Amino acid sequence: MFEETGTTAEGDLVINVGPQHPSTHGVLHLVITLRGETIINVEPHLGYIHRSIEKMCESLSYRQFIYVTSRMDYLSSHINNHACALCVEKGLQVEIPERAKVIRVLMDELTRMASHQLWWGAMAMDVGALTPFFHAFREREVINEIMEETCGARLTMNYMVPGGVMYDLHPNFQQKVKDFIILFKSKIDEYDEMVTGNVIFQNRMKGVGYISKADAVSYGCTGPTARASNVSCDIRKLFPYEIYDKVNFDEVTATGGDCFARYLVRVQEMRMSLSIIEQLIDNIPEGDFQAKTKAVLKLPKGEFYASVETARGEFGVYIISEGGMTPYRIKFRSPGFSNLSALNHMAKGHKIGDLVAIMGSLDLVIPDIDR
Amino acid sequence: MTDNMISLESITNSIHTWLNQTFNPTLAIAFEFVIAGISVITFFAVLGLILVLMERKVSAYMQIRLGPNRVGPGGTLQTVADTLKLAVKEGLTPNGADKFLFNLAPFVVMIVAMLILAPIPFARGFQIWDINIGVLYVTAVSSVSVIGILMAGWASNNKYSLLGAMRSGAQIVSYELSAGLSIISIVVLTGSLRISDIVASQENGWWLFKGHIPAIIAFVIFIIAVTAETNRAPFDLAEAESELTAGFHTEYSGMKFALFFLAEYVNIFIVCSIGAILFLGGWMPLHIGNWRGFNHIMDYIPSSAWFLAKVFFLIFVIMWFRWTFPRLRIDQLLNLEWKYLLPISMFNVLLITLIAIMGWYF
Repeated sequence: MFEETGTTAEGDLVINVGPQHPSTHGVLHLVITLRGETIINVEPHLGYIHRSIEKMCESLSYRQFIYVTSRMDYLSSHINNHACALCVEKGLQVEIPERAKVIRVLMDELTRMASHQLWWGAMAMDVGALTPFFHAFREREVINEIMEETCGARLTMNYMVPGGVMYDLHPNFQQKVKDFIILFKSKIDEYDEMVTGNVIFQNRMKGVGYISKADAVSYGCTGPTARASNVSCDIRKLFPYEIYDKVNFDEVTATGGDCFARYLVRVQEMRMSLSIIEQLIDNIPEGDFQAKTKAVLKLPKGEFYASVETARGEFGVYIISEGGMTPYRIKFRSPGFSNLSALNHMAKGHKIGDLVAIMGSLDLVIPDIDR
Repeated sequence: MTDNMISLESITNSIHTWLNQTFNPTLAIAFEFVIAGISVITFFAVLGLILVLMERKVSAYMQIRLGPNRVGPGGTLQTVADTLKLAVKEGLTPNGADKFLFNLAPFVVMIVAMLILAPIPFARGFQIWDINIGVLYVTAVSSVSVIGILMAGWASNNKYSLLGAMRSGAQIVSYELSAGLSIISIVVLTGSLRISDIVASQENGWWLFKGHIPAIIAFVIFIIAVTAETNRAPFDLAEAESELTAGFHTEYSGMKFALFFLAEYVNIFIVCSIGAILFLGGWMPLHIGNWRGFNHIMDYIPSSAWFLAKVFFLIFVIMWFRWTFPRLRIDQLLNLEWKYLLPISMFNVLLITLIAIMGWYF
């Protein structure tokens, strides 16, 4: 260890954070070299929950492999499914019904909000405030109930299928979402009062974990992590899929590049998602929710790629098909992995308490990183 | 005067008189020692139970949860059940730890907490030891507890514990200065270090109101400093569960952990009682200058009720901090003390001395 990093001096402390540690948000192992409380080096070690998902997908049919991706970034499983469905549809060249498109976007945005809510609570918990976590769960529960009614699942949804969505919406869906919009509008102001405006919180976040625009791009950061460094990288805007080019929303960016900027971007994104849902909820077109597809899907020979904007950044699915019933090769581009790679860059020179804040602001979901 | 107050003084006096009549003076004082010792230990345990339950209820209230509500009426026996569980748990000592210091540390912390209970008047005339340097005694003895924490962290053979203990050392030693200066400002106003004198001096109004703005500044600084000294959030860096998992007591289990825990809660009680004694009149009822009728009505409320109400109010405030604020970083914590609180409190002492000399207080 001492030889490996090269920067370590005698008296430096090498401590292991994780694999089981409350602030690694899963089984991440960080080897930290400390001089006093100051971080000299952070080395993430992966592999504790590796399930070789990409290899598994190669033996699953095009309908089946979507289910596996729910288990990766379990906080935005809907959006992961969406990417897979899009990629398969690209290969099959299927046009999906308008109703399915709207339902997919609605579900994506609800998922994004649920994910950001959990992150908001966890972020506050990482810097030592436990109470916001419970408050965030109160609102997340409402979304989970809506999901449960329509999809039958609360976490690992498998609602998106090639050609559309699996079932039609639950009759209560519209009303419940409308109630949620009213509820959450007041709650998000409460979030701001409770955490955003807190002096201690701002002191903990501002100027911590800075990453410049150029560095964010070169590390391959996406999502709120990159957008906080003023990188325009919202897939919904750059390569609009479904009906994102028809709804009115802004790409949320900030210039701070620090933890607080990342915080603000995510909170603003929650408001943005709310506005997208508001625009769509009264205008769900009638019609089919699924296009007619064959029972056994066979993609033509070739390479296909589709990417979507998950709560953490760009999630891409790359399929190489040889024309069979199963993909020849699948590769996922997960946002967490690239974001985590910038951790050492962000954390160097900060205190150990800051490391926890930086990790929180990256919004890590370990199965997404360690596939 | 407060002669018509219902107080516990008669009980202590009658015990004292009876012991002296029945036994010779040496034996009588020995019995008094034993009684005081047993009361302190009992009080220590009961207080721990009550405060842990209170913390759980307060946190549940703030976090929109129910909190413990199954064991006993309204969950009141929950902490008793917790204690039972802790008592039967295995007390582990990690490999490579300094066994002697590791096992000694919780007792050091606990004994310190017990010692400081001595000069605290729980009601009128209900005090173990009315020493003439009471306030000085409290500040002096309380600083010993940091040794216990450093001992625990160092002897654990765990890097998290070591970091936690070092943080705790820096933190407690620094914040003691501000807390001490706030205490001194009231001593300056009263002109005595004896706790009974300080309480008596607030007969016509509490120092918080009598001492004008400097007293309020001293009170605010005192509350901030003692929150830091007792390792409570937002200053709970020593334990910092999201960074150091549990800091200096990571390796402690079962009853050894419980002793740290108990000591922490008793320390909160102690600092809040010091705050209540210095700024809110201790057991003294709310008296306003010469309003005889009003003061007389206030005297009907027992002095112990006054004392406990004030103390538990301050405890609630400190718990409120814990369940609302995020945690500071170690450099921010030390900055706050050395760059802000200490200069302010030093200036405040000058100001309050001026007020005391000129007699500008009520």
